[in-house]
Amino acid sequence: MDVTSLYNAQFMDHVAHPDYKYDMGDCTCEHDGINPSCGDELHLKVKLGDDGRIEEAAYTGHGCAVSMASADMMSDLMVGKTPEEAVALCGLFKDMVTGKETDAEKLDEDLDEAAMLKDVSHMPARVKCAELAWRTLSEMLKGVSSEASTTEGA
Amino acid sequence: MAASTNLTADELALIAQSPYKADFPLLADNPDLAFLDSAATSQRPRQVLDAQRRFYETMNANPLRGLYRLSVEATQAIADARAHIARTIGAVGEDGEPAADDVIFTRNASESLNLLAHTLPDVVGLGPGDEVCVSIMEHHSNIIPWQQVCRRTGAKLVYLRLDDYRITPEEVARKIGPRTKIVSVTHVSNVLGVENDIRPIAAAAHAVGALCVVDGAQSVPHLKVDVRELGCDFLAFSAHKMGGPMGIGVLWGKHDLLERMPPFLTGGEMIDSVTEEDAVWAPVPQKFEAGTQDAAGAYAFDADLTYLESVGMEEVEGRERLLARYLTDSLAGLDFVTVVGPADGARHVGAVSFDVRGVHPHDVASILDMRGVCIRAGHHCAQPLLTYLGYNSTCRASVAFYNDKADIDRLVEGLEQVWSIFNGRN
Repeated sequence: MDVTSLYNAQFMDHVAHPDYKYDMGDCTCEHDGINPSCGDELHLKVKLGDDGRIEEAAYTGHGCAVSMASADMMSDLMVGKTPEEAVALCGLFKDMVTGKETDAEKLDEDLDEAAMLKDVSHMPARVKCAELAWRTLSEMLKGVSSEASTTEGA
Repeated sequence: MAASTNLTADELALIAQSPYKADFPLLADNPDLAFLDSAATSQRPRQVLDAQRRFYETMNANPLRGLYRLSVEATQAIADARAHIARTIGAVGEDGEPAADDVIFTRNASESLNLLAHTLPDVVGLGPGDEVCVSIMEHHSNIIPWQQVCRRTGAKLVYLRLDDYRITPEEVARKIGPRTKIVSVTHVSNVLGVENDIRPIAAAAHAVGALCVVDGAQSVPHLKVDVRELGCDFLAFSAHKMGGPMGIGVLWGKHDLLERMPPFLTGGEMIDSVTEEDAVWAPVPQKFEAGTQDAAGAYAFDADLTYLESVGMEEVEGRERLLARYLTDSLAGLDFVTVVGPADGARHVGAVSFDVRGVHPHDVASILDMRGVCIRAGHHCAQPLLTYLGYNSTCRASVAFYNDKADIDRLVEGLEQVWSIFNGRN
């Protein structure tokens, strides 16, 4: 594999100049994700709009370039998505980095920039890094929807 | 490429090429690979691979049990390996003969240390108020078994800490005292690459009536280790880090202690007789070797020791010292790299840990991997040490005698690219 196929300029731009790495003041929900063996730590915050869609996503924390760039790309992708759509995209991302989904056209269309992380599927040791933000968001939003359904049920 | 190094031109000439790569099929078949992770597992010479195959093709039978020729040969293969190992580590009796019975086969150094952690508490009567002493530079294999023992018995786990990456005599005097029952230290650190002076530590342990265990996983492959010179009671190491097969390891112990220890695993082959209620243990070493042993592994490990003798342990040690110095100097010569450990390359046995400023070790390792350079990145199964040093993870390059200067130069070139990529110059 060529070095720059993953660590390309666009990827490195997310590492060096992240757009969504900041502490959001007024979030709707937040969740922590960690990879203990790597030392990756992510604090993810999401603001849901009145229409129930994700209005803003942002993160703080530290970790390897793959985990941080992945979090930045994800935060960008999630703006405007419903929690259900977001959880589905997290599932698609997981399928991509574990090599289960290889349809490049579908990945490009649905995951946008994050599709560039498909090379991670050839790097099993890095799957956990790439997945961290997506796993964290998915856990957070599943909590939100189960809370919502509990409230509705009550 | 001009790496800053204090090696002389003559010394550099000695490591310019490796005459040994040809003996290692994986290295010979992959000339573009720079394998710098021998501290995790070494490559295996053809002699070992051939021996493993030869065992299964010509003498395969279950050792110890059979009364027919093949089984006798398999039994003999294990006995020969045991004697060869004893001779290699200086475990010889007063008659000068190898003390083969004091060599116990395990799966690896981890299992050897677990065996001790399960059996020594009985021998020393470990209980509340007692202490087990390890160093902060231990591999998890020499920490967790003792943590568990301490939890079970109420004893306390005490750590020898470092000054300039050394266990000082003052620290030994502070931590090893009347409450100490077991001292278990590594001979060479798998992270820092430093060699500990075992002899005074063993003497301090014995002075207070404690036992001294040595983790030799990172020293036996690289140094001429002699248990009489170390003065320890036990030595644990793995074959796979020194060219032997994966899945076979060694525990050497002093005979009287092995006699007093209860068995670790029980079952077939480790008994003399069994009734409905009880069993009589087989003599040492079979007492500690339940179930069918890895006879092919023992036979191949024997072949490995013969191979290493043909190279010569002095050559192995001398060459590796040059490589470790060149590696340390090369890393220290990069202004964006910090060596985690002594800056003096002469203090490194095999391994050198380092940090690339602002770049996570996993990214370093991935980029190097794409260039065919194999290093380890992470906590190296020594999390307490890394925490103590203020790191979450580091990069680690480690050399063996089959490496050459070009392998290290390729690491340096790869690190320069890592730096370029992370600083917007790719």
